[in-house]
Amino acid sequence: MSKVKAAILGSGNIGTDLMYKILKNDGNMELDLVSGIDPNSEGLARAKEKGIAVSHHGIHAILEDPEIKIVFDATSAKAHKLNAQALRDQGKLAVDMTPAAVGPFVVPTVNLHDHLEAMNVNLISCGGQATTPLVHAVNRVVPVHYAEVIATAASLSIGPGTRQNVDEFVRTTANAVEQIGGAKIARAIPVFNPAQPPINMTNSVYAVIKEEFDEAAVIESVQSIAAEISSYVPGYRLKGTPFVDYRETPWGRLPTVVIMNEVIGAGDFFPTYAGNLDIMTASAYRVGEVYAAHYLSAKEVTQ
Amino acid sequence: MKIPRLTDTTLRDGDHAVSHSYTPEQVRAIVKELDEAGVPVIEVSHGSGLNGSTIQQGFSTHSEYDLIKAAVETAKQAKIASLFVPGIGTSKELREAAELGISVIRIAVHCTEADVTEQYFRLAKELGLETVGFLMMSHTQPASVLVEQAMLMESYGADCVYVVDSAGALVQSGVRERVSALKENLSIQVGFHAHNNLGLSIGNTVTALEAGADQIDGTLRGLGAGAGNAPTEVLVAVLNKMNIETGINLAKLMDAAEEKVAPLMQSPIVIDRGNLSSGYAGVYNSFLLHVKHAAEKFGVGVSEIMEELGKRQTVAGQEDWILDVALELAERKGITV
Repeated sequence: MSKVKAAILGSGNIGTDLMYKILKNDGNMELDLVSGIDPNSEGLARAKEKGIAVSHHGIHAILEDPEIKIVFDATSAKAHKLNAQALRDQGKLAVDMTPAAVGPFVVPTVNLHDHLEAMNVNLISCGGQATTPLVHAVNRVVPVHYAEVIATAASLSIGPGTRQNVDEFVRTTANAVEQIGGAKIARAIPVFNPAQPPINMTNSVYAVIKEEFDEAAVIESVQSIAAEISSYVPGYRLKGTPFVDYRETPWGRLPTVVIMNEVIGAGDFFPTYAGNLDIMTASAYRVGEVYAAHYLSAKEVTQ
Repeated sequence: MKIPRLTDTTLRDGDHAVSHSYTPEQVRAIVKELDEAGVPVIEVSHGSGLNGSTIQQGFSTHSEYDLIKAAVETAKQAKIASLFVPGIGTSKELREAAELGISVIRIAVHCTEADVTEQYFRLAKELGLETVGFLMMSHTQPASVLVEQAMLMESYGADCVYVVDSAGALVQSGVRERVSALKENLSIQVGFHAHNNLGLSIGNTVTALEAGADQIDGTLRGLGAGAGNAPTEVLVAVLNKMNIETGINLAKLMDAAEEKVAPLMQSPIVIDRGNLSSGYAGVYNSFLLHVKHAAEKFGVGVSEIMEELGKRQTVAGQEDWILDVALELAERKGITV
């Protein structure tokens, strides 16, 4: 069976973990190139060791190969904004793992199929991938008036990009909780915990509901989406059964669905506690696979 | 001994103790007393900092901006400060508070995470604010780590860095060590913020002064998260006895504590089982009311939740873990909710 050629742009930790995920799965993609900008980076050395073509000419090496159809961008928001147009011009799908948000937000369990023709999709943030489907799962049963998500990760797993721009994480994630999750109003708050040994990523979702609803149906909806997510992020699970707590809110005393979640990484390259990074690469892999399948079936139809 | 600068944070740390229910009228009344008594800095914001009105931290009944505006309008000599926690607040709220007329921003992070504050110190300086760095949960790290983190804040533009005993878990030797180390290694001012879980809020503050602290905090009647803070009026009385002339009017503070703040208290702040177990386990003080809520909902004990939160090395802002811990303890005991 033919496969779709893919490339990873950025040879840092995210790019490297994603490389191992593509290599260990026999899917619809074939990893053709890992391209960074530092010829001495560990990521390029690891790719070479695995027999993957490498380059330190960044985007240029990728643009030179017309066969590459899917590009995972694991660089930075700034770099992605510069590269997005060139990738689009050459008909390459960009799976944007940076916070650039040039293209629409995608979450595999929620809206991937709405954007199959998009040429650039964005993966929001770690907290966004983990929590927006949970909010969506509540919202498809009963409208969520206000959602608040708390994303907690080990300090060691938070890179300098996030640390220098906490505003960006907060804004992007809250926007996605509204757009993808469906909450009318949303807040997102990151917490970095330096405990030793490092903690696994955990997320909490509070969903404030203004009308009467079927609690059992909400719980079932949340549990079913969590199971779906764990099909591509194996370490994703709910902590306990979601429950309803009554809280004083600006809209009165209202039922609040409380959902707690933990993400343990697969340990492909990152340590397992870094579930926040694993969910990004695992989601990117899933998005790439779905697009590759779509590309192959479209090709069959036209042939 | 030098004269320290006193910041009263009744209207910020005390916000936790009144479940975020301050009204603009109450803020005006308290600021008026503090200002007339000669307190140089008065902090006003949600207890968890600007934009803290959330489910996680507790919703405020009144707009924080209305409270800040009331304080700025009332104060004649005192500077108005606000607390800012990156991630709870963003640049937007920092700009808005500056616009409303605050003069000082105190930027607080867990004491190992100073590098997330750079963007905000730089912005605060652009906005012309005086800047203070708050190293929360300072008991969790040795002096050497605090020095490293404080130096980062200094490099970003902090005018002062505080050793913050958020859990009220430090004893005097621990305070001396940390404050002295910061004094030795920084060229900016050093402050100390106490909590009273071990009954040491005044003692620790005096120790900090002996170790060279330039700035200290108090709250009227000790009104603050959990076991509360060093009572401002007691602090001033002690400084008077030590012949440290702050120029602050003690009689006025005593009246304000008695007449304006005591009536707002939901219950007396004492070192009860919850507060002692919190300080002893080294748990963030503003967790207290959330722990009580969870203990009641899940039918488990306040102390056992505190103990487990301590073991898990929770930091400020992790109120959601209280529910997780309570749920797990309940499951372990076979309690179903």
